[in-house]
Amino acid sequence: MKYLKFLLVGIFFGIVLVKSEAVSWYRIFEMFKFQSFHMYGIIGSAVVLGAISVWAIKKFRVKSIEDQEIVLPPKNKSYTRYILGGSIFGLGWALAGACPGPMYILLGTGVFSMLIVIAAATLGTFAYGLLRDKLPH
Amino acid sequence: MDSILQPWPWYVSGPLITLVMVFLLYFGKTFGMSSNLRTLCSIGGAAKYSDFFKFDWKAQRWNLTVVLGAIIGGFIAVTFLSNGSAIDLNPETVKDLKELGFENAGASLLPGEIYDWNNALSLKGLAILIVAGFLVGFGTRYAGGCTSGHAITGLSNLQLPSLIAVIGFFVGGLIMTHFLIPLIFTT
Repeated sequence: MKYLKFLLVGIFFGIVLVKSEAVSWYRIFEMFKFQSFHMYGIIGSAVVLGAISVWAIKKFRVKSIEDQEIVLPPKNKSYTRYILGGSIFGLGWALAGACPGPMYILLGTGVFSMLIVIAAATLGTFAYGLLRDKLPH
Repeated sequence: MDSILQPWPWYVSGPLITLVMVFLLYFGKTFGMSSNLRTLCSIGGAAKYSDFFKFDWKAQRWNLTVVLGAIIGGFIAVTFLSNGSAIDLNPETVKDLKELGFENAGASLLPGEIYDWNNALSLKGLAILIVAGFLVGFGTRYAGGCTSGHAITGLSNLQLPSLIAVIGFFVGGLIMTHFLIPLIFTT
């Protein structure tokens, strides 16, 4: 039962991302070509509404379902890792046309060759774990 | 029912993604899909090779459940909630893609030129999928998050690191789309 709510949120997430076409390789290509407002509208409206939600959660000290304070852990202060790591991610995002969430969702839509991408992404994360101490952060 | 079967406009989809984030916050968690890749490494025994994978992955089972749900959601969306309509891409995009050798742009979610098995298992196709996936998996952990963790959650929380990461996402994406994809695909 404890996990059912997470399963349902995941199902909802998957449906929304397919119906919004945010899982489409073509939409990502179009976004990076600045030829459509579609993806900017999705991300922009999600962030504006998200910022209002997070502000309201903090302002009214909304408690979680387990009656705990809701906290968003702050990200580590650094520039190098975000700009370098982010750019590496962006290269892959535009080529695969999918980021980690959509990779799984697309698998569900029946694109089984996505398993190759997911396996390679797992390998990429593993490689980061091995090289972490040698990389500038 | 018809409006459910049609593709959803951005002003419906964006707020619904916010809802996903708010639900997870209300459940006492945060929204970030790429951490699952690290969890998969830990389950596979990667802790033997790096301390980065030494954590209690069982505490991440909720996140793996979200992934399972996302897979099911993808299945439900295409099986029961789609009318097969093509993606309404900018005609310029379709033309640009045609010049790169992509036919029928927008007819499905993904280009068969990359994801159909006969292409995915060719030497070039396999290399594309592996390199793309590797860059996503490496970059997302290096940057400490992906589109859900940084672009949605981080920006909603007004975090400067997330803004820098998102700028990075765009630097990489623009380089790939404008310079590298033409080199990779021009036939």
